[in-house]
Amino acid sequence: MAKPDYDGPILEIENLSISFFTRLREIPAVMDFSVAVQPGEAVGLVGESGCGKSTVALGVMQDLGVNGRIVGGSVRFKDQDLSKMSAAELRHIRGNEIAMIYQEPMASLNPAMKVGRQLIEVPMIHEGISEKDAWARALEVVNDVKLPDPDRIMKSYPHQLSGGQQQRIVIAMALMSKPSLLILDEPTTALDVTVEAAVVELVKDLGRKYGTSMLFISHNLGLVLETCDRICVMYSGEAVETGSIKDVFDKMQHPYTQALFRSIPLPGANKNSRPLKAIPGNFPLPHERPNGCNFGPRCDYFQSGQCDAGEIPMAVIEGDDRHLTRCLRYRDIDWNAPVEAMAQHEAGKPGQVVLKMDKLKKYYEVAANALFGGGGAKKVVKANETLSFEARESETLAIVGESGCGKSTFAKVLMGLETATEGQILLDNRNIEDIPIEKRDTQTVADVQMVFQNPFDTLNPSMTVGRQIIRALEVFGIGATDQERRDEMLRLLDLVKLPREFADRMPRQLSGGQKQRVGIARAFAGGARIVVADEPVSALDVSVQAAVTDLLMEIQRKQKTTLLFISHDLSIVRYLSDRVMVMYLGHVVELGTTDQVFSPPYHPYTEALLSAVPIADTSVKKRHIVLEGDVPSAMNPPPGCPFQTRCRWKSEVPNGLCEKEVPPVRDLAPGHQVKCHLSQEMLDRMEPVIKIAAE
Amino acid sequence: MSMFILRRLGVMILTALCLTFVVFFLTNLYPNLEKLAKTQGNFRMTDEEVASYLGRNGYLEPLPVKYGQWMGALPGWTTQAEDGTLRGRCIEPGTPPKDTPRFCGILQGDWGYSTVFKKDVGEIIGEKLALTGRLMFWVMLLMVPSALILGVMAGMREGSRTDRTLSTLAITTTATPEYVSGVLFIAVFASTAVGLKWFKGTATSAMENPTFENFFLPVLTIALYGMGYIARMTRASMAEVMTAQYIRTARLKGVSFPNIVMKHALRNALIAPFTVIMLQFPWLLNGVVIVETLFNYKGFGWTLVQAASNNDIELLLAVSVVSVVVVLVTQLISDIGYVYLNPRISVT
Repeated sequence: MAKPDYDGPILEIENLSISFFTRLREIPAVMDFSVAVQPGEAVGLVGESGCGKSTVALGVMQDLGVNGRIVGGSVRFKDQDLSKMSAAELRHIRGNEIAMIYQEPMASLNPAMKVGRQLIEVPMIHEGISEKDAWARALEVVNDVKLPDPDRIMKSYPHQLSGGQQQRIVIAMALMSKPSLLILDEPTTALDVTVEAAVVELVKDLGRKYGTSMLFISHNLGLVLETCDRICVMYSGEAVETGSIKDVFDKMQHPYTQALFRSIPLPGANKNSRPLKAIPGNFPLPHERPNGCNFGPRCDYFQSGQCDAGEIPMAVIEGDDRHLTRCLRYRDIDWNAPVEAMAQHEAGKPGQVVLKMDKLKKYYEVAANALFGGGGAKKVVKANETLSFEARESETLAIVGESGCGKSTFAKVLMGLETATEGQILLDNRNIEDIPIEKRDTQTVADVQMVFQNPFDTLNPSMTVGRQIIRALEVFGIGATDQERRDEMLRLLDLVKLPREFADRMPRQLSGGQKQRVGIARAFAGGARIVVADEPVSALDVSVQAAVTDLLMEIQRKQKTTLLFISHDLSIVRYLSDRVMVMYLGHVVELGTTDQVFSPPYHPYTEALLSAVPIADTSVKKRHIVLEGDVPSAMNPPPGCPFQTRCRWKSEVPNGLCEKEVPPVRDLAPGHQVKCHLSQEMLDRMEPVIKIAAE
Repeated sequence: MSMFILRRLGVMILTALCLTFVVFFLTNLYPNLEKLAKTQGNFRMTDEEVASYLGRNGYLEPLPVKYGQWMGALPGWTTQAEDGTLRGRCIEPGTPPKDTPRFCGILQGDWGYSTVFKKDVGEIIGEKLALTGRLMFWVMLLMVPSALILGVMAGMREGSRTDRTLSTLAITTTATPEYVSGVLFIAVFASTAVGLKWFKGTATSAMENPTFENFFLPVLTIALYGMGYIARMTRASMAEVMTAQYIRTARLKGVSFPNIVMKHALRNALIAPFTVIMLQFPWLLNGVVIVETLFNYKGFGWTLVQAASNNDIELLLAVSVVSVVVVLVTQLISDIGYVYLNPRISVT
């Protein structure tokens, strides 16, 4: 079917309100939301989880499920009201005119259907073309999303592809019928940074090539800056500020937007001299929203009687291009005032070495097929290869790398959940690499503790918070009586800044940030000297991240803890760590102080990693380095340098040395080592990836 | 794949060995043998007569030896009667002793001799298995498609009126055991109590000449019971699949509802119930025992009842071997079928 030519706005959402109906009450998810998407324009929708951004997307698709309903306003697509369409008309629009790209590519592809079949379905339904033509079209689109060997890919099942490839297939599926509007719902959240960078690049290119308008939903301000022309910031079901990227990023006119920017670690922030400013308080639950401004209770500029009096309309800011804010006081606020002087801290002095790794190796043997097994040869996964480093007292050592680089394996070996294959781990000059956790003495266990990635899964759901902390105290043999342990538990709650009443609460009554604080309290229960924090804030919202990070830093300063901070988020690593270790496929490719690692000369992988991280600052100029392909499997690593398959500097090394030999560890400066074959003069020629434009 | 099947076959043989040994041990307990002697001889036998009867017929040898003989791994027993004739496990009446083989057991294809039916066990098993196979075939033909249709219809719109109606139906049928539903059906459809008299209350004539009239009630009785169970499983799996993200993807691609169900949901939804359906085969043997007795259809289940109540050792053993094979073969088929349904599992 032909699509009629149309040149008005592609999507106009006017005063849209969406509610979900439960047996108890109506829960308003989106209120009075307006946005317009012009042809060829990309609009970013930003906000924390629960702010209603995904509901807006599903509202556009008219797919709100049994409980959801549009209770006010309209969604107009090319001047047709979507909510008045019949099921058949909607089916015609979906996939054909509006296509969607989802957060988790694995879950959104049918596991029992070959990729090709899922692709050709789209034009066959909407354009009624033959299977052969559809197949040819699919091949073309798969080629466009830069997947190698389209024929083979089309004939595979989704589980045979990597995460990045799956997301490319989802993108290809969305583009099969050349839609006018593409809705991307957190399209890269499940992907690694370098893969994310490649996918974002691809989406941008394809948007330009096909002239598609985009609605880009994300919680990541940096990504929105890189992809979108306009931005809409949402808070608690409402749009609080909309405008062009430049206006909103540089001349924000809403306190929430400002607070959001102040809570993310931009280059220049520093844990000691310029700490992050967390947004106080918690996100209101949908049925507990305050009167008047939803952000009021957490706002620095709140004025009672004015902000909590009644509904607040969007105000147009004169002089800017369609720049609106939902704030009554935007004219009264001095937006250029510098951040209030925050408490500045003395930088902690690293003490003596407490932990030393020497040529640590961890290999796993995997039976080729466990279920029907026996047949194939045993395969060896080289999770860690000759890991050597030292960590000192009250030092933060960040371990950076993408999934599969071996950072979690290393944490497991250190904790004693696994034993090392070779090499040694010295804790206070005692070897602990061969002692599994059940054989370690209480003191060692209490000394080395861990803060986990997902606070939602790591607390026992049927035990009160206080009980869980007391349990840890019991295990570590702290306190002689129950009363002493209870006092100690309350002291720990104070330490992590949770109210003492929380001792009797169940984990489900806590928010994500609060749960993570409980996790931290538990880790520090035995006076831990080494804490492994495995992506402790990546599951949390931006505004909470800053608070939890600061808490960790504060406890570290007080207790002189050695913090091993595992993360893939380079912004936060730059903000809080003293030294950084970059890992790739089990190898340490670069190790040095934060300044050494974040400025040239880089290891080629560090360079790409730095370039891949989106930065939410318009004054930052980045060089774009997009890595091709995926991280190779640790089961079948490439010969020679582990990074050689994706390295853009490989041709600079003579004689194909990269493919033959694993590079030796080289010291570039005191304390700065790199595993690379590049010659000194090549390294010297490297330019910084990130430049902050002069203001 | 062939490696996998070979391993499975090995497991199958091992299981059959263990199971038959247990059955062999239990049926060869002395009180059971005593009862056997009395039913075969006469009920007023003295203890000495019983002992001499058992001795004459080779029942008093050590258990492993007897088991070996049954297997055909040890030579069959022989006893010299007082009149000089040689009796033995492998000696059939009327053939001279020197023409008979030394070994006669399962390995030689000799399943033994049924003391109840006075016939070769192999012959009985073959005949009865054919009868029950016919019953099972029709049960499966009725049960599986209707259960799947029921489950898919109920699961594709969870919580709807169709779902609730069909789910209630499924729970009712599966909560009614065969001996209740069977009796109920006979009363309603075959007796003068209600007067419908559409079907026959006995399936004896169906052994020679099965017709809709004499065969439908037993088939329905077994099928209904299993159907509810499979339908519930299918419904749960379907309902789960329908909430999956890839179904939303399909919906937002513009695929119509019937196509979502048929092309996207069905295969995924069938993965879990497939194992259950295959498990129903051995389960059906259970129902077969009750229903065949109830409708006087002299198949495998009925034979099992006869053999058990008369301590017919060799027939019982043969029945257990067949049951083990049925269970393990269906599980093998289930595992192989699973691989074809679920592309994420591979045997290579």
